[in-house]
Amino acid sequence: MARRLINRHPSRIGLLYLGLLPFVILIGLYATGSSLRLAANPNDKLLPGLATLAEAIVRVAFIPDHRTGDILLWADTAASLTRLGLGLAVATTLALVVGIANGILPYVRAGLSPVVAVVSMIPPMAVLPILFIIFGLDELSKVVLIVIGVTPFLMRDLQARVMEMPAEQLIKAQTLGASSWQIVLRVVLPQMLPRLIDSVRLSLGPAWLFLISAEAIAAEVGLGYRIFLVRRYLAMDVILPYVAWITLLALLSDLALRAATRAAFPWLEAGRRAS
Amino acid sequence: MTEVAVNNVWKEYDGQAVLERVNLDVAAHSFISIVGPSGCGKSTFLRMLLSQETPSRGQILIDGQPLPPEPTEERGVVFQRYSVFPHLTVLQNVAFGLEVKAAPILGRLFGAKRRALFEQCREIIAAVGLEAAQDKYPAQLSGGMQQRLAIAQALIKKPKVLLLDEPFGALDPGIRADMHVLMLKLFEETGLTVFMVTHDLKEAFHLGTRLIAFDRYKTRPEEIGVYGATITFDLTLDRACAGQKKEAMAELQDKVAFPAAV
Repeated sequence: MARRLINRHPSRIGLLYLGLLPFVILIGLYATGSSLRLAANPNDKLLPGLATLAEAIVRVAFIPDHRTGDILLWADTAASLTRLGLGLAVATTLALVVGIANGILPYVRAGLSPVVAVVSMIPPMAVLPILFIIFGLDELSKVVLIVIGVTPFLMRDLQARVMEMPAEQLIKAQTLGASSWQIVLRVVLPQMLPRLIDSVRLSLGPAWLFLISAEAIAAEVGLGYRIFLVRRYLAMDVILPYVAWITLLALLSDLALRAATRAAFPWLEAGRRAS
Repeated sequence: MTEVAVNNVWKEYDGQAVLERVNLDVAAHSFISIVGPSGCGKSTFLRMLLSQETPSRGQILIDGQPLPPEPTEERGVVFQRYSVFPHLTVLQNVAFGLEVKAAPILGRLFGAKRRALFEQCREIIAAVGLEAAQDKYPAQLSGGMQQRLAIAQALIKKPKVLLLDEPFGALDPGIRADMHVLMLKLFEETGLTVFMVTHDLKEAFHLGTRLIAFDRYKTRPEEIGVYGATITFDLTLDRACAGQKKEAMAELQDKVAFPAAV
């Protein structure tokens, strides 16, 4: 008997083909649009042909820049990833400390939870000028923007996760003689680390947003800086590969965090398989 | 051997009485089964014994000493669910209570000390029948095995009093019977005083050396909230005497008016 649509599942090969299909269509659409425009005007810069794109990729990714001697793509990538990594590391550490303290200690929560809630409502881009004034136009202000942008969300999320923990577990730990500190260290923290990594994965998007915005406004190197620099020359042949590269980096860091969670927290996988 | 005394304890929430005039003297090495209809305050009573909540009036004494204001090692507990730590293996769960005592700052031991401590835990893990599963995580265990683990985890601290909040309520009947055998064995071996809240009258009679029922004695709608529930039935049980149990069960079903097989 024919099954309902909601009960029909694609095979493994089907999954692969269906997943790739939209990409193939997009590339096809681009190639068609590009060749149509180039046929009308060989100097068109808006949709460069695939050959032009490849040429630009070779230029930025493999040949040293004649002015600085650096290979542009790698210099930009290193600068941007350093800023992003620093920002996220600081944000995660702050969120871990404040989020857990807010979640488990009523007195800390009474003091800090309201201020975190208010700060999280400040649009980070609105304070960017302040950061430039205070921290200068160098690395620090970009890192601080990422920290300000994602930390309040991480803190609030982690606080909520801690408060969601079954009360039974905390009571049980107390009846087993654990102190507040030991409960944090052995019961709360290990269970919160994978949750925190999940929230960091969700924060990757905003973190890139803040990074590229800050780089666009004031920087001398960086992926966002490069895109906004070459925009002046309508250099779509550089912008498009850069966007694809940033997307790939974001995707890879997301996958890496997910793999790390699975490897580091086997009990989580055990629970997932069982339920 | 631990005696518990409950002196004229009341519990009120926002002026609504839940429990009133609860008086109870428990001899050492008693197994107190607590029954009663839903919402009669039996779990509240257990939470007060645990110091998870404090009485509005009256006091509870353990061996003549007032209860501390927070949960402590002298009172172990097994809840219906969430009693074990999901991120620790069976062995680590059982060792937890000993480890936090031995390592105040890090809360865990390393190397030879850790191995020695784990060795200490194997006896009780074997006693609850979990040797084969000692490196598994709770999510990989059945419901019955998780409760066995929770019991072992609580008993390794050698508490004076063990509090059980519907510990077998979520288990299949066959598994539940196994757990009863285990529980009775551990009760005899440890000399503990046990309080068990249950919905299952048969279980209450089977395990208890004494059975108390909580109920409201005023049931008109306008009186609820003004008058709380209290102990309405208190019976010392003789394990050997099956006839007494049958009679008492029939009487209790009439009196407390709640369905027999819940």
